[in-house]
Formats: sequence, C-alpha cells, structure tokens
Amino acid sequence: MITRLFGATLLALAAQQGVVSAQTLKIGVIATLSGPQAPLGEQIRDGFQAGIDSLGGKLGGMPVELTVIDDELKPDLAVTKIRGYVEQGKVDFVIGPVFSGIIAPIVKPVTASGAFLISPNAGPSTLAGKGCSPDLFVTSYQNDQPHSVSGQFATDQGYKKVFLIAPNYQAGRDALTGFKSRFKGEVAAEDYVPLTQMDMQSEIAKIADAKPDAVYVFLPGGLGISFVKQYRAAGLEKIPVLSAFTVDESTLPAAGDAAIGFYTGANWAPNMENAASRAFVAAFEAKYKYVPATYAAQAYDTARLIDGAVKMAGGTDHAKLRVALEKAPFESVRGSFRFGANHYPIQDFYLARVAKRPDGKLQTEIQRKVLSSDADPYAVDCKMN
Amino acid sequence: MTLFIVQALNGIQLGMLLFLIAAGLTLVFGVMKFVNLAHGVQYMIGAYLGVTFAGWAGGFWAGLLLASVVAGAFGLALDVVIYRHLYRRSELDQVLATFGIIITLNEVTRLLWGSNPLDMKMPELLSGSFQLVEGLRYPIYRIAVMAAGLAVAGGLAVVVNRTRVGMLIRAGASNGAMVEGLGVDIGRLFRIVFGMGAMLAGFAGVLAAPLVSVEPGMGDNLLILAFVVIVIGGVGSIRGAFVAACLVGLVDTLGRSLITDLSHAALSATTSARVGPAVASMLIYLVMALILAIRPTGLFPARA
Repeated sequence: MITRLFGATLLALAAQQGVVSAQTLKIGVIATLSGPQAPLGEQIRDGFQAGIDSLGGKLGGMPVELTVIDDELKPDLAVTKIRGYVEQGKVDFVIGPVFSGIIAPIVKPVTASGAFLISPNAGPSTLAGKGCSPDLFVTSYQNDQPHSVSGQFATDQGYKKVFLIAPNYQAGRDALTGFKSRFKGEVAAEDYVPLTQMDMQSEIAKIADAKPDAVYVFLPGGLGISFVKQYRAAGLEKIPVLSAFTVDESTLPAAGDAAIGFYTGANWAPNMENAASRAFVAAFEAKYKYVPATYAAQAYDTARLIDGAVKMAGGTDHAKLRVALEKAPFESVRGSFRFGANHYPIQDFYLARVAKRPDGKLQTEIQRKVLSSDADPYAVDCKMN
Repeated sequence: MTLFIVQALNGIQLGMLLFLIAAGLTLVFGVMKFVNLAHGVQYMIGAYLGVTFAGWAGGFWAGLLLASVVAGAFGLALDVVIYRHLYRRSELDQVLATFGIIITLNEVTRLLWGSNPLDMKMPELLSGSFQLVEGLRYPIYRIAVMAAGLAVAGGLAVVVNRTRVGMLIRAGASNGAMVEGLGVDIGRLFRIVFGMGAMLAGFAGVLAAPLVSVEPGMGDNLLILAFVVIVIGGVGSIRGAFVAACLVGLVDTLGRSLITDLSHAALSATTSARVGPAVASMLIYLVMALILAIRPTGLFPARA
C-alpha cells in the first residue's frame, strides 16, 4: 500500500516536472569570457541578459533556463563544452559565439542536437554562402560588411590615397579585402602588424611619410588602444582615421579622449534614434554601469528575436520556430532588420564617430547612413535544403 | 632618410624598455640559475599598480614611485613564499611553476581590475611633442622613456662595477658555489637581486602604461623578447643586456619598417604584403641564431 502510494506520488511528481520542463526554454550562451578578449564576451552575455530582463524575465512567455559557457577562445574546448551541454537534454537555442574561429566547429554539434544556433556576432563568409544551414541564424552582420562601410565612405568622400593597417592573420586580411571591395582609390600601403605588437609608433611614422588622404585600420583590442593614443600624440589628427572594431565602447574607456573624432563603420551606435534603442541603452547602463557596444546590442536583439519567434510559433516546435525566426518578428534596436535567404541580416550600415557625452563618457555616434538594406555578397551561393 | 631616423629612435626607445625588463631577468637567471618566466608579470603588475596609485595619489609621479616600490616588494614576497623553494629544483620544475604563476596572476589581475584595458594619463610636464620632421611630431614622453632607460643603465653599471653588492653579484654570476663557500649569505644576495629585478620590471610597466594598452597578459609578449635579449647579451651580464636590448629594439623596429619596403621593390604587391611581415617577425630570431652560431655564450658572457 505504502509502496503503491509512494509510486503514485513519484509518478505525479514526474508528470509535474515534465510539464514544467516543457514550458521552460533551455538556452545556452557560449562566449569568450576569459583572456584578453573577455570584454567582448561579457558584452554578449550582459546584452542577452538585458534582453531577457526587458521582457520580464521570460521569452515568448516562457521562463528561461540559461546556461553561460566560456569558450576560452579555444575551438577544441568550445566543441567539447557545447557537446556536453546539448547532450544533457533538449536544448532549444544556443547563442554565440563572439569569434568566427569558434563558430565553424560548433555549428554541427548544435544543429545536429535539434537546437538552433544564433550568432550574435561572428558572421564568417563560409557559413553565409555554400555552408549556410537552416538551423543557423546570424543577428550581427556578415564579417565583410563593417569593413566595406568604410570603403564605401572613402569612395564617397573622393579619397584618392588610403593607408591600410591590420593584424597579420586571416581576419586581418579579410578586413582589408572587405575595405578594398568598395574603395575605388589608390591603396598607399597594406601594413600587416603582428597581433602581439604593443607599440604602433613605427606604423605612425610610415603614415606621416606616406601622407595619405585617410587611414583605414582594423586593430582590435589593445592594438587599437595603443594606435589611438599614439596617433594623437604624433599630431596626425588632420588625416582622418576610418576603422572597424578598433574604437568601440569596449575599448573607448581605455583609449580615452585621444579617440574623439575617430570614425568607425557599424550597424548600430548608442545614440541611435529609435524607442527600442533608447530603452535598451538606458536599461543596460543602469544595470551594468558601462556603455553598450554593438556586441551587446546584437545580443539584446537576439533575445527579443527569440521572444517574438516563440510567440509567433506558439511554442517550441522546431519547424514552426524556423519559419517564425525567418520572419524576424521583433523590433530591432537598429530600426530596419530582416533576414536574407541565408539567415544573415539585411540592414543599414552607418559611419559613426567617437564623441564625448554630456556625462563625460565616450561613445560612438552615428554620422550618416552609408549602406542601405545591405545584403552580403555570399547569400547568392546559399542553397537551403 | 627621415623615416629611417624616426624608426631608429623608436627602436632605441623599445630597446630601453626591453633593457629595464631584461636587466632583472638576466641577473636572476645568471646569479640564481633560476628560470623565471613570471618576470613579465612584474611588468604588468607595475603598470596596473601605476594606474591605481596615480588615481589614488593624484598624479603620474606618485604612481611611478609607489608602483615601483610595491611591485618590487611584491616580487620579493613571491620569492620568499614560492620561488625560494624552486632554486634547487630542476629547470623543468621552475618553468612549470613560474608558468603557472603567469596564468594565475593574469587571472587574478582580471578579477581585481576587470577585463577591460585601463587608461594611464601622461604626466603634464612630458605630454608635449616637438616637430621632428615635416608632418610628424615626436612625443617628449618617448624621449623621457629613453632618458630613464639610460639613467637606469648608468646607475646599474655603477652598482654592479663599483659597489660591494655589485662585486658579489658579479662573483655570483660567474661562480655561485665559490661565493657561498667564502661565507657570503647567498640567500640575502638572491633577495636583493630579485627585489631589484622585480622593481625594474615594475618601473618599466609604469613607464609603458601611458603608451600602450594596460591589460591582463600585457607582459607575456615582452617576456619572450626579454629572453632573446639576455641570450644574445650573455646570461648574467648587465652590459650584454644593454647592448642586446638596443640591438633587438633596432632590428625589430627597423626590420619591420624596411623589409616590407624592400620586398615591395622585389616582389609583387600582394606577395610582398604576405612575405614582408612574415620575414620581419622572424628577423630578431635570425639575428639571435646568427650571434649564437658565432658566440654560443652570447656577446658578453658573465662567466669567463
């Protein structure tokens, strides 16, 4: 009798749990949260959490069971950790990663488990064209686009000679290729520096010697901070500097006032004029005490995208969710936003300029629209099946 | 030609920074036969303490003074608590243990100060610049860094060559066992050497802070260059470290500037953009290999 009663209670409990877990969204965030690139991963994590908070702690009306995973910027480790996570039980979404080197190896493990992979930052060309996947969505950009913005701007301005600098690795070469794809003038020099270089004075001397109309740099993290500080000190501020991922809200606190006036190509900036963006920036700064960069904005949009898609699909049915995700049923902080056939965004790109806010903090501010409803050039090669 | 002069100045300035780090490293390695991979961490700690103390004490100079002293004391504390136990162990143990300390201290730095890079203001007095060539101003601060490096080199030369402690250091570098046999408290000598080395690396970190990005792991890349410097210069030799630091600074800076131009003249634009930087980053190691082939113990070996 007692055994039977006990068994029945267990059954009831199990049933109850089954009901609860069916109503919970299981989401994993994988980002780089240690090492020199940790600030970017923190922006992704905080931005996604801010998105959930903005919807009262629920996405699509369902409570969220959130797991945060540090990929340590190591592809092999990322695969091991993500496999371990998705094999534990049915996962609905994996959000991440920051870097393109991590996304390629984790696409298969995530999508094979029945989860969607949504990248809030990395957007490599390989996954935009032939390698596109029905269960992969990218809410940021295709990697070439932020660089081609400055190329287009340089052409629009009629710059005849531009000096290019990037780190000596694949992403650095891709960056300069992206710039050159829309730049019609002459390239004064393509200067590739070691990723570990700490002093940019040598490159600055070369710029002064070459006397270009403008400089284009892709110098992420510490490289860019060194460059910005030393460029000012060398008295070269008359030569405009265009950039991508060099002066953004993750590096500005360290670069300081020397960064004021630097230009950057972006899909969003904290002074974007729309209600969704204003609400995001206010809530984010109140909670996290720093100015959000595009990484955080894209992660915030990702959370709101999931919310809209789950509501539209009326649950977590995979096929219905995919159709809903493709419609991008949410209000982006970037204003216009939709997905192309390859699940990469079609959106506007702007030239932004570093400026000081009345409260003394630095941020990038939109100057003008450079590319309208820009789709990446690889989408035509994508055949979803 | 003007570009060459500017790059030579930059090279010497990098050399001075390298010398400040390598001076301590070469003494520790030479006198104590201790492979301290965590020496680069002292540089990072110096920079972080510099930023922090400059904020508290209101200014660069107070930051420089306090941070150098505290970085030295911190190095000494590490020596007493951990390194002391490693002196008589094998080099592999020393490498493993000090490598672990690099990882630990980089992450502790991240915990205490956060992952975001920090900003250090230049002192008002040195924040100006002067017209070096047409269209390019050269910061006075960089000249000051060179001057500081030269002053430290001069001071060390006096200490090592003219004082009793210096004599013991030289003796220790050429034959430690004999010095101990003569009744010198070698433990005390080691602590002096270690504290001095840690302080110099910390001093270099504060000096570099206004020029570069202050971030966790900032010392790791310099450490490799510092090892190249002490191997070229001869382990245990301050004079060797000075000459080799200038050499490495010049070869690295001029090489990167000139090789790309040279390869540009000889090869097509796309090939030279690939080949140039690759050769340039190898250059100091090629120079090191060449020097070691001719003088296997370095330019100025401490042991006769």
